[in-house]
Amino acid sequence: MNKSTIKYIAKRVLMAVVTLLLIILLLFALLKLMPGSPFDVEKLNPSVIAQLEAKYGLNKPVFEQFFNYLKGMITGDFGISLKIAKGMEVSSLVGPRIGISFAIGLAAAGFGALIGVALGIVAALHKNTFWDTFATIIAVIGVSIPSFVFALVLLLIFGVKLNILPILYNINDPIRSAILPTLALSVGAIANVARFTRTEMIEVMKSDYILLAEAKGLDRKTVIFKHAIRNTLIPVITVLAPIIINLMTGSMVIEKICSIPGLGSLLVGAIQGNDCYVVMAVAFLYSLLYVIMMLVVDILYGIIDPRIRVSKED
Amino acid sequence: MDDYQFLEDDFEFVGDKQDINIDAVLPSKPFIKDVWDRFKSNKGALIGGILILIIIFMAFIGPLVVDYAFDAVETSQQSMAPRIPFLENIGILNGKGGIRLYEGDLANIYHFFGTDHLGRDLWVRVWEGTRISLFVAASAVLIDIFIGMVYGLISGFFGGVVDNVMQRIQEIINSIPTLVILTLLIIVMKPSLYTIIIALMITGWIGMARITRAQVLKIKEEEFILASRTLGASDFFIIFKAILPNIFGQLITMSMFSIPNAIFYEAFLAFVGLGIPAPQASLGTLINDGFNTILVTPYMVIIPTIVLAILMLSFNLMADGLRDALDPTMKEM
Repeated sequence: MNKSTIKYIAKRVLMAVVTLLLIILLLFALLKLMPGSPFDVEKLNPSVIAQLEAKYGLNKPVFEQFFNYLKGMITGDFGISLKIAKGMEVSSLVGPRIGISFAIGLAAAGFGALIGVALGIVAALHKNTFWDTFATIIAVIGVSIPSFVFALVLLLIFGVKLNILPILYNINDPIRSAILPTLALSVGAIANVARFTRTEMIEVMKSDYILLAEAKGLDRKTVIFKHAIRNTLIPVITVLAPIIINLMTGSMVIEKICSIPGLGSLLVGAIQGNDCYVVMAVAFLYSLLYVIMMLVVDILYGIIDPRIRVSKED
Repeated sequence: MDDYQFLEDDFEFVGDKQDINIDAVLPSKPFIKDVWDRFKSNKGALIGGILILIIIFMAFIGPLVVDYAFDAVETSQQSMAPRIPFLENIGILNGKGGIRLYEGDLANIYHFFGTDHLGRDLWVRVWEGTRISLFVAASAVLIDIFIGMVYGLISGFFGGVVDNVMQRIQEIINSIPTLVILTLLIIVMKPSLYTIIIALMITGWIGMARITRAQVLKIKEEEFILASRTLGASDFFIIFKAILPNIFGQLITMSMFSIPNAIFYEAFLAFVGLGIPAPQASLGTLINDGFNTILVTPYMVIIPTIVLAILMLSFNLMADGLRDALDPTMKEM
């Protein structure tokens, strides 16, 4: 690694840290702006409220509260759930759910990327044929129709009509329960990846080095697998960003539809139950995940393709 | 090597594998006609455009053709299945399968899309909801264009420190996931028609600003701007007369892509329980309400979902076509 790479990475990391601090500040500000206090119950008299506020540190100056909050966020102490699971620590509420959400999201992203790349390559190699049109239609539908529509359709077909897959998430049967939500979530990823791969692949197939490879007399298989696909896949990393956003928003709704005990459904429940600490914790985790993924994409891409690094530096 | 005899199939002609382009003789025509001709030739875009027009038309006319109000609760007509004249005779949408049936006093009434759990007519509510969804999306996107345009213009045109600072701000805002900002804003502001528009606006302008800035940076360096400057044009004149007309195409395309996005986020908010409060409805809140009883009365979810899906698909198809029509050289945005 040379000096410019290190400088580039340092800059990106710094940027990510600043963003995260800003997000925490934003979360804290919104927490303070939220209407009502957590102890808004008529039964409580002022002295009890004061006692409770002292217990949770709400009577300290705002600055001190912010630093306590910041410290909590960094050390994984997200406070206590006040409504949906009274008195339970948010971190122990969130902990077991992260795994489920993450597994489904990862499976959807992996499946989506695999099918998307295959579809895009087939479409590009058979440009303007049936396969191309087919892939384009799939891509347009996948990009424009939200994933919860697919989830509903799949649920009605496989869960209700055919009755071969569970409608509700079953903890004892996690794999079969995860099939429907994973499929529904992956449609967006398939569409995004396929669309991008197709354009990239067509560009690559037109390039001089492919012509050279063909002129050297390499057979089509070698040209495609050794030369074209490798170069196509590098820029596909950039679609990771929209895919992650898709997966995150999608997962919130889909977890509700398929009643998966994941982060998304926790957030929905917390929003509806007005449980601010849980909302904050999940929102922070989502932001953290997003910022880290962005950072990884940026750094990976900067290392693989130095042209990006150069253009982002100025 | 010297005595190698070349055979006829030793070489193969490369040229016939490549496309041979013949220049068409094109008559000169005005820009708008050119755009329209290209747009017309794109089947998907045309179909998308027509579907959007039909849906907008229905959103305004639909509630007027029947005699129900969108918030009229009618407990004797709860959860009735869709029933449409003529179609009922061929066995679909014949009103069977709901909780209350079209019997006795109700034998002669028609609810085209059925009724919800409070007996409100869904035909009226779906079209009212479509109108509200479109209104939310369109107003959010219009404000987005305005803010994004101003931000992008200033940032791109003046450059230097101003640009640097504005870009860093934009980058940081952009790296907070939309769904987080959106949900938190609505929680703080309490869901209503206007707070949803404001929240969508706050999260949506970044894309516009980015496109505007990129375009401005490109156009700024072109000769006609230099010419304009040499003739003594002011910054104001250059921005409004020289640069803006040249980026309108991109802005229109971008806004077309943003509308389905805004519709989706509105529906998403409704789904997480932060939708437009009852009795008003949007497509998102209708889907969310219907979802509670999806196993008993699936039509309550299916119909608004179909409308939402068609709407989003059409806007995307049209935006695709518009992009190619306005600037055939630009492939991906």
